[in-house]
Amino acid sequence: MASVPPSARVVVIGAGIVGNSLVHHLARLGWRDIVQIDKGPLPNPGGSTGHASNFIFPVDHSRELADLTLDSMRQYREMGVFTESGGYEIARTPERMEELRRRMSSARAWGIEAELVSPDHVVVKVPFLDKNKILGAFWTPSVGVVDSLRAGTLMREAAMALDALTVVPTVEVTGLDVEHGRIRRVRTSGGDIEADTVVIACGVWSPRIAAMAGAAIPLTPAVHQMISVGPVPQLAEREGEISFPIIRDMDTFCYERQHGADMEVGSYAHRAILHDPSEIPSIEQAKLSPTEMPFTSDDFDPQLEQALELMPDALGADGAEIRYAINGLLSLTPDGAPILGETPEVKGLWSAAAVWIKEGPGVGRAVAEWMTHGHSEIDVHHSDIARFHPHQRTRAHVRSRTSEAFNKTYGIVHPGEQWAGDRGKRLAPMHAAEAEAGAVFFETAGWERPFWYASNEALLGEYGDAVMPREHEWDARWWSPIINAEHLAMRERAGIVDLSAFAMFDVVGPGACDAVQSTVVAQADVAEGRVIYTPVLDAKGGFRSDLTVMRLAHDRYRVVTGGAHGMADLKWFTDRAGDRAQVVDLTSAYTTIGLWGPRARDVLGALTDDDVSDSGFGFLTCRGVEIDSTSVLASRISYVGELGWELYVPMEQGARLWRLLHEAGRPHGAVPVGIGVYGTTGRLEKGYRAYGSELDAERTIVEAGMARPKVKAADFVGRDAYLAQRTAAPQAVLCTLTVDDHVSASGVKRYMLGGEPILTRDGATLTDGHGHHPYVTSAGSAPSLGRHVLLAYLPPDQATVGNGLAVSYMEELYPVTVGSVDATALFDPANERVR
Amino acid sequence: MTSVLVCVKRVPDVSGEVLLTADAQAVDARYVGFTVSAHESCAVELAVRVAAGDGATVLTLGPAEAVEQLRSALGVGCTAATLVEADTAGYGPADVAREIAAVVADHEAAGRRHDLILLGNDAADTGDFQVGIRLAHELGRPVVNGVKAVEVADGVVTARGDGPDGGVETFRVPLPAVVTVLEGGVEPRYPTITGRMKAKKVAVETVAPHRAPDGPGRVRLTLPPAQPSSVEVLGEGPAAAPAVVDLLHSLGVSR
Repeated sequence: MASVPPSARVVVIGAGIVGNSLVHHLARLGWRDIVQIDKGPLPNPGGSTGHASNFIFPVDHSRELADLTLDSMRQYREMGVFTESGGYEIARTPERMEELRRRMSSARAWGIEAELVSPDHVVVKVPFLDKNKILGAFWTPSVGVVDSLRAGTLMREAAMALDALTVVPTVEVTGLDVEHGRIRRVRTSGGDIEADTVVIACGVWSPRIAAMAGAAIPLTPAVHQMISVGPVPQLAEREGEISFPIIRDMDTFCYERQHGADMEVGSYAHRAILHDPSEIPSIEQAKLSPTEMPFTSDDFDPQLEQALELMPDALGADGAEIRYAINGLLSLTPDGAPILGETPEVKGLWSAAAVWIKEGPGVGRAVAEWMTHGHSEIDVHHSDIARFHPHQRTRAHVRSRTSEAFNKTYGIVHPGEQWAGDRGKRLAPMHAAEAEAGAVFFETAGWERPFWYASNEALLGEYGDAVMPREHEWDARWWSPIINAEHLAMRERAGIVDLSAFAMFDVVGPGACDAVQSTVVAQADVAEGRVIYTPVLDAKGGFRSDLTVMRLAHDRYRVVTGGAHGMADLKWFTDRAGDRAQVVDLTSAYTTIGLWGPRARDVLGALTDDDVSDSGFGFLTCRGVEIDSTSVLASRISYVGELGWELYVPMEQGARLWRLLHEAGRPHGAVPVGIGVYGTTGRLEKGYRAYGSELDAERTIVEAGMARPKVKAADFVGRDAYLAQRTAAPQAVLCTLTVDDHVSASGVKRYMLGGEPILTRDGATLTDGHGHHPYVTSAGSAPSLGRHVLLAYLPPDQATVGNGLAVSYMEELYPVTVGSVDATALFDPANERVR
Repeated sequence: MTSVLVCVKRVPDVSGEVLLTADAQAVDARYVGFTVSAHESCAVELAVRVAAGDGATVLTLGPAEAVEQLRSALGVGCTAATLVEADTAGYGPADVAREIAAVVADHEAAGRRHDLILLGNDAADTGDFQVGIRLAHELGRPVVNGVKAVEVADGVVTARGDGPDGGVETFRVPLPAVVTVLEGGVEPRYPTITGRMKAKKVAVETVAPHRAPDGPGRVRLTLPPAQPSSVEVLGEGPAAAPAVVDLLHSLGVSR
């Protein structure tokens, strides 16, 4: 029996691609006394890495995943374990050809060489493919395969060469000891290891290990079926592992990947087959390895036919037999992103899970940097384990969402696409009234949020073409012109917005002011009743968040932030609260209703005797008001650029306040307004930035055009970096652009949805000072301007008002003009309306 | 012209630690899935070779899911399949032999002779070693056990197997006959994609058992005590290569 060292600076559990990458990068960053353990033997302990198909296509619509993949490819190349083969994503249908054009947008935006090609291009390189079955293909020459086991060995060896790492295989974790909320010890079959930093990099077993410490890693083991057919004579003639490009047969959700004389056919087309981490066999019980489960041939039979149809001469060749077939286990998460970072439940216990071969080394580097510096070079906030709300950590939620997502692995997924399963989980108190008004609900963090209301359809007649109708189905999917009608009604009269999905938490105690002051950029030591809007930075000066904070008392601050990122914000503040302040989550205690528009004061004034005049209730202040017998906290701020308030009431009184506001609003023409206005049209007309779109850890206050004249004297996270950024020339400038002409070559007006590359008028690539290419971070209608508006970070020399550029949408160029090169709004640039 | 019937049994695909079901009546397949024994894979391979153009029929007694094993045999060249649908647990070797004999009789009555019947030497899960002999007895046919190679010519089956002293035993018996097959004489083929697709289209004959089981039954399965395993390090680096090659030769997995 192997035995483990009695203590370690850090224990990394797992020796798959993730654990191996992590120990390498930790050692490189100066960590010593690293102990890495695995239940299985080396170099293949039996997890998903051991049976991975090991090929990498770099283009992904997600920038975060694309960047992690590109970084991983660079590392695999440096280790000499990368073989470039090129790869085609082929289209059998016109809908897929359109999706491939959209993939070209992502390729251009992330700077990855790619090309749309004809079937003839494909058969020159893959002569055994039936070109009559396909319409075209997306060609990525940098696609390749890696030896992930070899890479793991090399990375462990590199860490051992630095005398930083002890590796102990064949020991099983039997327990994780937590004391006072902090990890203290890893119990194993080979003895106990004292450590106050532990990383779970256990792939499909991660939930089981995390549960030993009372933490959740919400992933599920799921089956990905794969067979290997050979010997295929066309392949056997060639030397080496791979000499033909990999084919992704996107419409059948399959791939064909040469492996020596064999062709591997893998599928994401079968029914979702989910396992429980406790149902995975041990190494002794497994037939092959624990993650190579018995093949269920009935599930794969339809794919056999489709694969044979595509490559009849190769896969149907004499003697080509199905020599290997598995239900391989891989990790799926409810939102498709990896699960990285320190668990919110246990200090010092980290997760590096739900990571595929293509992201492994990149994730290893990012997590190691995060553990070392508190931030990583590549922004990984979509993967932050702290993002999950409690219901998203449940087994039922994970199973529902992963079942639904599995067949979308190669699917055509609209950026606005909504989940069908596990809906209706978090209902606002006014939900029934909203449903009655024909609300079309979209989900954020489990909340059902009205995006627009069918009851406002009558407004379409009122505003006519000003609602900017969209004629192309893709542009109009998950959208309605009613959004723009609601927008115009709000700007003209007033709108009432359900903002129940806000996350909300109080920072309380004698140290509350210090805690907030040292966490946020804006001056937080303000008078009671002041409202501040502020960025939150990491130590390198990148955005962790942007949010509003109300000072309610000398020892109480209330933080209000978006639902999607709210739980990560909660952890960020909790981690920095210190001993003299507490952070208390109030998300489910209060609902928020927004009231905005030129008639907002009339509406609120009709409901309260309190002074709501500008002199009595100034902008960026908050205080309690009485509305009927309800005590309401009102805050005079706006994310849509109109006069008005956010009104906070206890959840159980939300329905009543909603009704009162509508009754008082009716004579003034107030209408319910959905998140389509709040999150997109109202915001974009005002040039307001959104975390996750314009703002993330790779962006700075200066580049986002959000720098204030002064920086507070008090210290805060990121201050030094921010001061340095203010004196340096920006490498990119966030600009607002308008589309000058929407008509496509086929005469249809097209409307961009976000993610599209910005090019010169004649289609040449632009590059900013970071070496990045500009792309649309947010896109949407600006109905009050009658324009379609785009936000994008441009190279500084392109950031001049009036500059003519182009946006590429579905591989056609549309002229755009720079309208603003800072936070100046295109609509009401002097911000007179909020006064 | 030889018409061949090959009999298989759906069994857990165990290669490591064996688990029993809670009632100890069967081997638990939850981690490993199902297959047929290696003996039966070889029997199927021999059936397909012997039958050549005449077609081989594959038969099993088992639950509806056992169609999966019939399709696997169809995928490598069998041309017809019969499922005697029954809960295997209640059927001892005498019952199984009787049910196979009944199918053979029914087929013969319908004009389908089965000159040669091949079975595995023994089932991988229950290890009864009886069905072949009992079947031959039921049918009044000669039987040869533990055979690795089978050829048919002029109405005579030539069956070869390992003798007790390391030599080869050869038996010649007239058809119709029963032969039980031991693994190792032939290499079973894998299915091709086209084979698998063809197998999908074959209609499987499904019949009910002729009689409720009444032969000797099984009280329970028990596992032998775990064998202590030991690890021998063959060497490190390139110097270990000759020892690895020797080991592969001795295991018979390289030539």
